[in-house]
Amino acid sequence: MKKLINTPETVLADALAGFRAAHPELSVDQENRVITRAGRPAAPKVALVSGGGSGHEPLHAGFVGPGMLDTACPGEVFTSPVPDQLLAAAQAVHSGAGVLFVVKNYTGDVLNFELAAELAAEEGIEVRTVLVNDDVAVEDSTWTAGRRGTGATVLVEKIAGALAERGADLDRVAALGDRVNAASRSFAIALTAATVPAAGKPGFDLPEDEIEVGVGIHGEPGRRREPLRPAAELAAEVVDTILADHHLTAGDEVIALLNGLGGTPLIELYVVYGAVADRLAERGIRIARNLVGNYVTSLDMAGFSLTLTKADPELLELWDAPVTTPALRWS
Amino acid sequence: MDSTLAQTWLRAVAAAVDHRQQELTELDAAIGDGDHGSNLHRGFTAVLPAIEGLDSAGAVLTKAGSTLISKVGGASGPLYGKAFRAMGGTLTEGGDFGAALAAGLAAIEKLGGAAPGDKTIVDAWAPALAAFERTGSYADAAAAAEQGALDTVPLQARKGRASYLGPRSVGHQDPGATSTALILRALADSAPG
Repeated sequence: MKKLINTPETVLADALAGFRAAHPELSVDQENRVITRAGRPAAPKVALVSGGGSGHEPLHAGFVGPGMLDTACPGEVFTSPVPDQLLAAAQAVHSGAGVLFVVKNYTGDVLNFELAAELAAEEGIEVRTVLVNDDVAVEDSTWTAGRRGTGATVLVEKIAGALAERGADLDRVAALGDRVNAASRSFAIALTAATVPAAGKPGFDLPEDEIEVGVGIHGEPGRRREPLRPAAELAAEVVDTILADHHLTAGDEVIALLNGLGGTPLIELYVVYGAVADRLAERGIRIARNLVGNYVTSLDMAGFSLTLTKADPELLELWDAPVTTPALRWS
Repeated sequence: MDSTLAQTWLRAVAAAVDHRQQELTELDAAIGDGDHGSNLHRGFTAVLPAIEGLDSAGAVLTKAGSTLISKVGGASGPLYGKAFRAMGGTLTEGGDFGAALAAGLAAIEKLGGAAPGDKTIVDAWAPALAAFERTGSYADAAAAAEQGALDTVPLQARKGRASYLGPRSVGHQDPGATSTALILRALADSAPG
């Protein structure tokens, strides 16, 4: 393992210290591992709380700021945050209008957020949860822990965050988060495995000429292994896999997130994006908005995920609303 | 079980987790995400100072559970945390250790929704409980948990992160069942006689 770390045990603390230095506009509570916007809102607003294992940067801390999250809780690498941490975060940003938890469907995240919601309720804080489960690689939810939450998390946080910023109440913000999740599907391909610092070696061995198809974001292997093929073929396969599940039809518009997994050069992501755009055009589907870059990573994994969210005027307007965070900003 | 045995047990768990951290992590890397060893190490390291001076086994196990929930994260933190809290609560209410083990299993099943055969902690805990109810022996419970962990090898995971592998999870021993066996072996090694 060759990594820019001090020790595997202090990766998160050291990264948070660096994040604090890089982003003085945010407040970083090192002890509780909670990142919040500086200052309280002028009027009560629904507070968006997200979190999850570290190693997915810029998710989630990179999306804290006006127009998106109020606070984020990074757990240890690939490990969900703990309930105390999530409670501290909820308390820090609760302004009387309730708290929305944005939770990726992974067992550890679900359990810890559930316990935190119980604790928050005991403190008199009203909590709703949006469970993100967009990964079509998980085919049979009856015999698994259900579809994983991956790239759609960014869209849920951005769009629900924009609505919360406008003063909508907790029910409406939660309902919109659920709607964005329901409109989203993702699928990912890995060229290499991620190396968790504490483990010291890649999560799985992958021959030079093979890829893992249908991976999640924790270094876990995908649903099958295939030979490496040209990017255009892989992009087409990913689009087709999503469309087989998504029931998009000609004339529909989508928001497309082409996401790097941490170890992919942007030049390769653009190669893939071009092929994705071509394939969608062939199907008569228009990309109304797009993001290309590293947003939901898996440490140093090479590969990409594609998220397609069926768009409508309301979602597009909220997507376009101003956002000011370390990793996403426009006005 | 008295407070001395409860504390000795948890110290033995912490030592065993320290010793076998790499093994647990490697089992997890094969079908999960490779953090089970380091997570439990972080949790049980934090348990030791937290339980000092507590004067009943119920209080010790309850405090250990709360500490695990606060420190571990992932799925194993809430699952083991709730299990230890349930065991502690049962002992505090005057239940015997068999009742405590049963309450721990019920807590795990309720929170995680797993059943025997899903390739989880339950596959070691349930046979350990059955063995203890039969003989009242910690050693028998530990042996049954170890066999239960081995018996997860041919199973296909249906819960937790390993479930995403589908048939590819077959052939790997479940890390959670393995750590349960480790926890119960530590108890057998700590008990007098």
